[in-house]
Amino acid sequence: MSAETTIAEQNAEQNAEQKKCVIVGSGHSAAQLCVSLTHAGRSGKIPVEITVIGDEPHAPYHRPPLSKTYLNPAAPEPLQFIRPENFYRENSIEMRLGKRVESIDRQAKQVCLGGETIPYDVLALATGSTHRRPPIPGIDHPDVLTLQTAAQADVIRDRIRSDRCVVVIGAGFIGLEFAASLRKLGVRVAVLERMERVLSRVTSLDVSRFFEAMHRHHGVELHTSVNVTAVDEVEGRLVVRTENGSDFTADFVVVGAGAAPNDQLARQAGLDVDNGVRVNEYNQTSDPDIYAMGDCCNQFHPIYSAQLRIESVQNALDQAKTVAASILGKPVKQNTMPWFWSDQYDVKLQIAGVSTGFDQCLIRGSAKLGESFSAWYLKQGRLLAVDAINDARAYAVAGKLIPTGMCPRLELITDTNITPKELLQSAKEESNA
Amino acid sequence: MPKVTYVTPSGDEVVVNSDEPNLMQAAVTNQVEGILGDCGGVASCATCHVHIDPQWIDKVGPATDIEQGMLELEDNATDNSRLGCQVKLTPELDGLVVRVVGQ
Ligand SMILES: Cc1cc2nc3c(=O)[nH]c(=O)nc-3n(C[C@H](O)[C@H](O)[C@H](O)COP(=O)(O)OP(=O)(O)OC[C@H]3O[C@@H](n4cnc5c(N)ncnc54)[C@H](O)[C@@H]3O)c2cc1C
Ligand code: FES
Repeated sequence: MSAETTIAEQNAEQNAEQKKCVIVGSGHSAAQLCVSLTHAGRSGKIPVEITVIGDEPHAPYHRPPLSKTYLNPAAPEPLQFIRPENFYRENSIEMRLGKRVESIDRQAKQVCLGGETIPYDVLALATGSTHRRPPIPGIDHPDVLTLQTAAQADVIRDRIRSDRCVVVIGAGFIGLEFAASLRKLGVRVAVLERMERVLSRVTSLDVSRFFEAMHRHHGVELHTSVNVTAVDEVEGRLVVRTENGSDFTADFVVVGAGAAPNDQLARQAGLDVDNGVRVNEYNQTSDPDIYAMGDCCNQFHPIYSAQLRIESVQNALDQAKTVAASILGKPVKQNTMPWFWSDQYDVKLQIAGVSTGFDQCLIRGSAKLGESFSAWYLKQGRLLAVDAINDARAYAVAGKLIPTGMCPRLELITDTNITPKELLQSAKEESNA
Repeated sequence: MPKVTYVTPSGDEVVVNSDEPNLMQAAVTNQVEGILGDCGGVASCATCHVHIDPQWIDKVGPATDIEQGMLELEDNATDNSRLGCQVKLTPELDGLVVRVVGQ
């Protein structure tokens, strides 16, 4: 047998071993799965053959800047790619961009797109979420926009001019970040929030009040407890009408009213779906050959003993690592602590953990403009989460405490003479006692 | 385009000429091992931790308060630690040498 045929045979054998992995979606979790799968092949053979199918025309890019630094029309920022083009090429990752998967045929183990089928051994759903448009008459007007993709951000950036007037519906993170970006550019902006306070789903009253004061200080016209009832076009501009009778005129409107998981493909394929694709601790769906990760999936979280669907970069990355481990035959359970950030004006909010269901919130420091402070969320004495406002130390310490279930003595948390590092020490002593 | 040498965790020297805005992005674009840039460069993930070569630390400058906070509990943090995403690449930094800390 010649050396050549031996190598050919070896290659054939390797190829036969190589699982074919198809990833649907080309965002944060898709990119991380590519990174984690190919990392395993650093020392030679790449264990999986990867195809990524994404309906956006771009290779995976960082989404968070879209509502923050990306929007300045005077100094347009390029998209920031998660990995350079070379990375996909060098690892023989087939990028099918600008293509939408229409269905999954689980029997035949293939996905279908525009009359074409692509077979898989393992399938990873990384389809993300879609911003909701609340059911309001006029909400589908072409000047009512959402801010989720580069294409949408480009449309918005093109429309930003300092003489413009913008209305934002919804005071969640994206709505508030967008408002901050507009104010930095000198654009007039009104934010209309249905709930009594901003960020009401994710923060405590004190933190909400801090963000409200900050936005008003920067000139945002912020209204809470307002119900938008209609968006009408009047003489070429939009008029946003509210239940209490006040109208807001705008050149365009951006809706930031939360997102729904892109779980339709999974639903049609008969997978378990309930507010996202249901996955086990290995991010496996009810079909063991199909995984789901990122915004589109819903998982039981061991730290919180609750089903969670988390929209964050951290969650997308950590779940993708879990999927990679399973595909590579070295399964590990997903058990990482959620973390998140939001940048608005000169304020950096960093969140460790998830505060949902807290029964006590302690404020460390002074929740005043220009100050740094943190909000510590507890439930029955157990630390759930910390919101750190310009306080990376509190955030870093929380990141050590929450996964281990440790908590410092409560009276120390609010004592700013005690450093965050000392808090960690105190918590360790508590847990040893 | 400033030239930067990254010494990776496995000891390789990777020389990069880059017009990227900061040390993290220059590393990611050139696939430098050990720099991930998970948060995209906003000092929130610490996956871009580098040690600046002592000869360069004066030119690069010390870590800002937020970087120090992010790195305070890192065992590998030193006085020369910086988050790569917070180090702007300017022409003055041509020739810079940094050691990648890695995970
Ligand atoms: C403006 C904005 C700001 C944000 N800021 C922050 C922040 O500061 N910090 C933070 O942690 N998180 C932030 N997030 C959230 C974070 O970006 C997401 O949680 C993360 O991108 C989720 O990753 P993913 O892989 O699940 O989905 P995505 O990155 O959304 O990728 C999903 C991709 O799949 C595509 N797709 C869907 N269906 C199909 C189909 N059938 N066929 C082909 N392709 C399909 C979608 O078009 C999309 O490109 C922000 C999000 C937005 C929109
Ligand atoms: S890239 Fe996240 S801290 Fe630098």
